[in-house]
Amino acid sequence: MVNISLKINGKKISREVSDNTLLSDFLRDTLLLTGTHVGCDTSQCGACVVHLNDNSVKSCTTLAADCNGSEITTIEGLANNGKMHVMQEAFKKFHGLQCGFCTPGMVMSAVDLLKKNKNPSEKEIRDWLEGNICRCTGYQGIVAAVKDAATKI
Amino acid sequence: MANLVGAKIERKEDKKFLTGKGRYTADINLANQTYAYFVRSPHARAKITKFDHSKAMKAPGVIDIFTGDCVVKDKIGGLICGWKIVSQDGKDMKCPPHPVLAKNSVNFVGDHVAVVVAETLEQAKNAAELVNVSYKVQKAVVKTEEATSFEAIHEGIDNNLSFDFLLGDKGKTGEAFSKADKIVKIDIVNNRLIPNAMEPRAAIGDYNTSSDELTLYTASQNPHLDRLIMSAFNAVHPEHKFRIVAPDVGGGFGSKINVYAEDVVVAYASKKIGRPVKWVAERSESFMSDNHGRDHITHAELAMTNDGKITGLKVDTIANLGAYSLVLAAVTPTYLYAPLVLGIYDIPVACCTVKGVYTNTAPTDAYRGAGRPEATYVIERIVTEAAKEMGMNQAEFRKKNFIKKFPHQQCLVHNIDSGDYDAHLDKAIELADYKNFENRRSQSAKKGKLRGIGFSTYFEACGVAPSAVVMSIGAGVGLWESAEIRFNPTGNVSVFTGTHSHGQGHETTFAQIVGDKLGVAIDNIDIVHGDTDKGPFGMGTYGSRSLAVGGTAIVKACDKIIAKGKKVAAKMLEGKPEDIDFKGGEFILKNSNKKKTIGEIAFACYLPGTFGDIKSPLPEGVEPGLVETSFFDPSNFSFPSGTHICEVEVDEETGETKLVKYTVVDDFGTIINPLVVEGQVYGGVAQGVGQALYENAHYDESGQLTSASYMDYTMPRADNFPQIKIDYTCTPATSNPLGVKGCGEAGTIAAPAAVMNAVIDAVGVDVSMPATAEKVWKALNKNGSKKAAA
Repeated sequence: MVNISLKINGKKISREVSDNTLLSDFLRDTLLLTGTHVGCDTSQCGACVVHLNDNSVKSCTTLAADCNGSEITTIEGLANNGKMHVMQEAFKKFHGLQCGFCTPGMVMSAVDLLKKNKNPSEKEIRDWLEGNICRCTGYQGIVAAVKDAATKI
Repeated sequence: MANLVGAKIERKEDKKFLTGKGRYTADINLANQTYAYFVRSPHARAKITKFDHSKAMKAPGVIDIFTGDCVVKDKIGGLICGWKIVSQDGKDMKCPPHPVLAKNSVNFVGDHVAVVVAETLEQAKNAAELVNVSYKVQKAVVKTEEATSFEAIHEGIDNNLSFDFLLGDKGKTGEAFSKADKIVKIDIVNNRLIPNAMEPRAAIGDYNTSSDELTLYTASQNPHLDRLIMSAFNAVHPEHKFRIVAPDVGGGFGSKINVYAEDVVVAYASKKIGRPVKWVAERSESFMSDNHGRDHITHAELAMTNDGKITGLKVDTIANLGAYSLVLAAVTPTYLYAPLVLGIYDIPVACCTVKGVYTNTAPTDAYRGAGRPEATYVIERIVTEAAKEMGMNQAEFRKKNFIKKFPHQQCLVHNIDSGDYDAHLDKAIELADYKNFENRRSQSAKKGKLRGIGFSTYFEACGVAPSAVVMSIGAGVGLWESAEIRFNPTGNVSVFTGTHSHGQGHETTFAQIVGDKLGVAIDNIDIVHGDTDKGPFGMGTYGSRSLAVGGTAIVKACDKIIAKGKKVAAKMLEGKPEDIDFKGGEFILKNSNKKKTIGEIAFACYLPGTFGDIKSPLPEGVEPGLVETSFFDPSNFSFPSGTHICEVEVDEETGETKLVKYTVVDDFGTIINPLVVEGQVYGGVAQGVGQALYENAHYDESGQLTSASYMDYTMPRADNFPQIKIDYTCTPATSNPLGVKGCGEAGTIAAPAAVMNAVIDAVGVDVSMPATAEKVWKALNKNGSKKAAA
């Protein structure tokens, strides 16, 4: 067991965690932040993407113990005072989600893309999102949403 | 109020999903909860010779372990096949017993052997490793084509043959072929797929020892149907004391129709230990034990006249059912498949045989499209080859053979009520810029790429379905749908539907229908589904039925609300009910300016009398309250159709196929919300493209599933697609008052044939699905490339 202190969605948190606790389990089971989803356990599907010190990471293959002292943003922390983030609004406008399961990871991944590349081409958007699997949308609404958000951020 | 039906309205349900507030089964945690972990067979076929869980029982945190013996002792029934198919010889299909926990033998890798219930998941997993099962491994049969010549894997099922189904007239079809000028033949494989809803299945059993009520939270497309099956067949708990909640469900695609062993076992285990029992599938468990889809081998022949008129069709298919017969396993490759092999062509005579065989693989069942993608693949591949044989262009050959007049009684089963096939083909050709294709082909050739074009002009029978029809051909249930409209005293509306939304957007589209019908703002309408304790019994969501059947039930319930409202309004406005018009949410007395809003009428229904200023006595014989229920059973299926045109570029050096242009024109009848419909089509096409180019469930010779993770099973990803172009034509359905046809499966039904026709056009030689780079490269290098010199 190790003690970790970190900031999650702007809130300071200290907890004792097992050495082998995954960040996704820590968020979901300990902090009850169930917006972060686990779709594959193998780092392939991207439903579990969160921001760790401003970089998108797959929380299902990140150890909570390694996150001591870090800042994490999950899907629950993206909206500001109840107002959805531009990316969230764009996903709604362009029907970038259906069942909603991949959505949190997809949105977090897309937000990170625009931090790193303010004006991505369609190819750059599609390449970036290659690590996030969506079974419902065929990605068309998602790509349209990211393009739209890029014009507004 | 502006028309809601037909408007591109953003989804009401999106905000919760976008902000992380969705509530899927795995997100639910109950007080005093325990965790289940399943011991599964590592072998494809084996006898269980010894079972010893004494060590595991003593492991830390273990509460109990349940086995095949336990469920037998407690008389828990096995899993069922819900649709009985009759073979050509008049005999019923053969279904092996399918225990929820195996007692004597296992029949596929992942078959359920026992469940460990412990205080934590980690403890359950650790203890499961201590369960000692001795197996006598037997040789397994895996391949579809080898099943009938292999020894029986289930006692009493000779040749591993469940059924030998025939549809159509063999004699007359034979005559047509004997008179044919030309006969085209194809042999095709429809590859096995794994549905892969992004939310892995999950279930929580929660037995209340005080009230004797059992609640099961489960990722299901049809909670009422689950409850019926689990009460009537699995004998888990009586229906009136049993509640099933399917909360937010992360995609279904058919894989969440079945009652699975895990559902039954966690419900049963919760009763046994008196505490909640939670199970969440790991992705590898989903790969192994969710129902798989497709897996057909087919030989087809098409008879034609010298001028290219189709005169007959013969199709012979072997369908791999896997190890057992699941709920819709038998109907999927028979009645959902065979009638559809005719496509949208006027074919005078046809016959289709289907052998359903058992193998030591995961059971197959409905997967998005269920039978119809397989049928469309047969007819659209053979028609494409026939056009080539005739030297006609693909559009011209199709048009020559299209059904032109409606209603049209096909020679096998369906009576197609409406359609205009030339219209969507013409529109698609225009949108796809077909006339300039050869220029694009030349441009691609300059880059060293082989470009090909493929057509798929499809139809499907959906909106399942008329109970009288389906029950006469073996369905164990009628496929009507229910709706209940509860107008609340304060004027907002709760709508209960027996269908289930797991991505389809019912909370928005159904609210649009109700909003227009009753003149209520969309934000004041709540669509409720997914809880057997809330609304009336309903059949659930599959077969693109929610709107055509469930939506119509909602319309009918709205009509009853309006009819009652007219009676109440007549009393309040001092007129006769027949003199009351209802429009835009207002009841208006004809030839007067007297009117009441529907909100006022609802209020009156709940305050039936005079109280100070409130004067709202109900007419005699009218009961208080404003709640109406409707059960709708359609008179026919609905028949969407459309044209898909696909263009691919194949890299001759690597064999890699790239989708470069994709055009869709669909006829879905009336469209409620274009935004949602587009989403269904994009997603459907992506799954169809997945089947054609990437996805393949693969078992090795011993029956090990070698594609049981996202590292081995290729899911279509964002960078695999160009922008897909969509447009519509519209011939309203006549079998429901909305004129809707269904759009959920169309993309998946049409796309594989369009893509493969394009690939084969590009490389000039036959390639099977999925057209992976390796396969295409080998095909090119084996036969040389026809197009290489172009």
